[in-house]
Amino acid sequence: MWAWLLKRLGQVVPTLVILSFLVFGLQQLMPGDPALILAGEERGDPQVIAQIRAELRLDQPLWSQYVYWIGNVVQGDFGFSWRIRVPVSDLILEKLPVTAQLATMSFIIAVVIGVPLGILSAVKRDTPTDWAANGIALFGISTPNFWLGIMMILFFSVHLGWLPPSGYVSLWEDPVQSLATTIMPAFVLGTGVASVLMRHTRAAMLTAMSQDYVRTARAKGLPEGTVIWKHALRNALIPVVTLGTIEFGRLLAGAVLTEQIFTIPGFGKLVVDAVFNRDYPVVQGVVLATALIFVALSLLADVLYMLINPRLRQS
Amino acid sequence: MIRTMASAGLVALAALAAAPVALAQAPLPNLRIALREDPDILDPTLSRTYVGRIVYMGICDKLFDIDAQLNPVPQLATGFTWDNPTTLTIKLRSGVRFHDGEMMDAEAVRYSLNRHLTMQGSFRRSEMGGVTAIEVVDPTTVRIRLERPNAAFLSTLTDRAGMIVSPKAAEALGRNFGTRPVCAGPFRFVERVAQERIVLERFPEYWDAGRIHFNRITYLPIPDNTVRLANVQSGAVEFGERMEPDDLRAIQRNRNLRGVPVEELGYQGITINVGNGPRANTPMGRDARVRQAFELSLDRAAINQVVYEGMYSPTRQPVPPASSFHVRDFQPEARNVARARALLREAGFTQPVPVELTVPNNPDLRQAGEVIQAMAHEAGFEVTIRASEFASALAGAVRGEFETFLLGWSGRTDPDGNVYAFMHTTGGQNDGRYSNPEVDALLESARTEQDVGKRRELYAQVMQIALGRDRMRIYLWHRKNVMIHTTRLTGYQPIADGMIRLQDMRLN
Repeated sequence: MWAWLLKRLGQVVPTLVILSFLVFGLQQLMPGDPALILAGEERGDPQVIAQIRAELRLDQPLWSQYVYWIGNVVQGDFGFSWRIRVPVSDLILEKLPVTAQLATMSFIIAVVIGVPLGILSAVKRDTPTDWAANGIALFGISTPNFWLGIMMILFFSVHLGWLPPSGYVSLWEDPVQSLATTIMPAFVLGTGVASVLMRHTRAAMLTAMSQDYVRTARAKGLPEGTVIWKHALRNALIPVVTLGTIEFGRLLAGAVLTEQIFTIPGFGKLVVDAVFNRDYPVVQGVVLATALIFVALSLLADVLYMLINPRLRQS
Repeated sequence: MIRTMASAGLVALAALAAAPVALAQAPLPNLRIALREDPDILDPTLSRTYVGRIVYMGICDKLFDIDAQLNPVPQLATGFTWDNPTTLTIKLRSGVRFHDGEMMDAEAVRYSLNRHLTMQGSFRRSEMGGVTAIEVVDPTTVRIRLERPNAAFLSTLTDRAGMIVSPKAAEALGRNFGTRPVCAGPFRFVERVAQERIVLERFPEYWDAGRIHFNRITYLPIPDNTVRLANVQSGAVEFGERMEPDDLRAIQRNRNLRGVPVEELGYQGITINVGNGPRANTPMGRDARVRQAFELSLDRAAINQVVYEGMYSPTRQPVPPASSFHVRDFQPEARNVARARALLREAGFTQPVPVELTVPNNPDLRQAGEVIQAMAHEAGFEVTIRASEFASALAGAVRGEFETFLLGWSGRTDPDGNVYAFMHTTGGQNDGRYSNPEVDALLESARTEQDVGKRRELYAQVMQIALGRDRMRIYLWHRKNVMIHTTRLTGYQPIADGMIRLQDMRLN
């Protein structure tokens, strides 16, 4: 097992190296000059622009810029934001808990809505309940997040005045306010994921309920509830759990539009604003950090499978 | 019984005695301001965004501020004299302290101005380029020597170049000073969470503390217009800056909100590539008659009506009506399609003239571009709109990769800041590379001319030649800074620079 783990870790390194090339290379394809966009309205003095280029090493050849950057990254230094001169690692550490909180809340909402609705519509297949549940799922999938977000802000914040329209308060600072600021974006994100979960739960349940073991259970005279909960659902949940992990990973990578609308200072907003401002170190840092999270999660999933499934451990 | 009554009386007395104290110590309210963008670094030497200047109003006092008529008025200074056209002596307020307790004196002023002049990557250098020496005469007197007379110099000191930083803090933090700025403004910096908030706290030893009625100021960047308005409407913030013109209609029926449209210092216009590389070789780039025809095809008032609810001020020049240098008799010509067609025929065009218009990818500017396209079409132009993300469009403009570009400018108090860099041959923002020695000479004279009347006349001539005859750029409108705040807030002074001055503002 340890040999396997080492081998698996060994694969991570080339992945990250290739990714760092891609991140660095791709953003060079973006039109626009970082020094110029940094100067903004003060771009009138070519000497100052030249000074900025020199300070940010933009006057160096690309390979030299890359070597300098990756050399620092290896030592844990991600550089600083060109726009506000704050270390990129500080920015990442500041935004990560925000996105993690939002992702967790969204995921809880998604599971609480999606899974029961999926079970219900499978059990009540081809009845009005099933159609209604499918209708809700269709609405969840096809409603654009930004539209739902703005509608919720207008209704719950402006019209009713129940919730703050945007912004973020940290969980440690004020738990109640923190929930109040994140519940709407979490709902917007959660409903989207809930719809996906619902459809998959329904399909998996329908498959499970047509299996022989379910027929056997029914033939044994078990009550219908026991058949559904104990026999069908437990088997049906396996693909749903796999899907859930992927969706959770996607939520962790940051929800660009939703974070923009609700002015939630998370990963998505950080990277988008950095792209528009051509703040390269921030873009590079965030993409690399996101990749690291994904790699770590998939590694963790593999280890978990090993622990759960003895057959994998032996091979 | 007696004892009970006595003690009750004592309690009442104590309550009476405590009441005035409680009143006097009633905590000052906090103010939350929603910003349209997230500011860049908060270092007066290195910063360049308009929105950053709004935050400086709380943190950093300047040598001079401006009044409603855009005239410089003393702030950290108490007065000034021009000893001769190139020597400016500034008297400083005494007893002013920075947030770190250091004294704000002539030495600190010399340090700050020198920092603007010499720091690597300083964006103040070009504004202050003509300074040859900064001398400390005594602790409250500074003398600044200029290379040549500069009529705009004093107004430069009303903005970031005039902000005085604590030398001790600036030395300690170096290039990272902007992460924890220390100045002599009414509020001191508490914290900044990027893209989320900037928090300031009342500075009790502020020299003008009697005019400050808030305990904390929180600036919240909320870029989405709908969401910024929702924040003001729901009372999550007390003040929203640079709202949209149609927001005013949205709040008309809300008795708790007040909208204040303020004439801005800047403008929106069409930059034309007349000499920047091969893309200048177009009918528009070559021939002033074609540019005139294009301008005559436009009805500025109608564009303004369609896109901005008629709220902006149509214009033909870069100097805003709020400025005393606005050339009153240089107003937009009426739309004249027949004349435009005649001009095109005269220039030898019988087929539709192709024009590419680069437009920043904002909903309102795209819409304006479409109205321009439709209007110009009637006069015989075939306008293609190229909507582009701003960073890309800007880089393209500098390299000459454009034919025409719908571009705005946030504006400066002195007319020089709205004209020179855009029209002079060597101007740093002259993206179309317009060049006319006659205009250059006039601009240089206007820069050094100290007499207001003569200077106004020089700018009038510039407009006549560069715009009336050469049509080097088509100015379209001056925007308005639409400010919306709760009616509980009083004392906001609408000044054309769009800044939010916290002095005398109160929240009831």
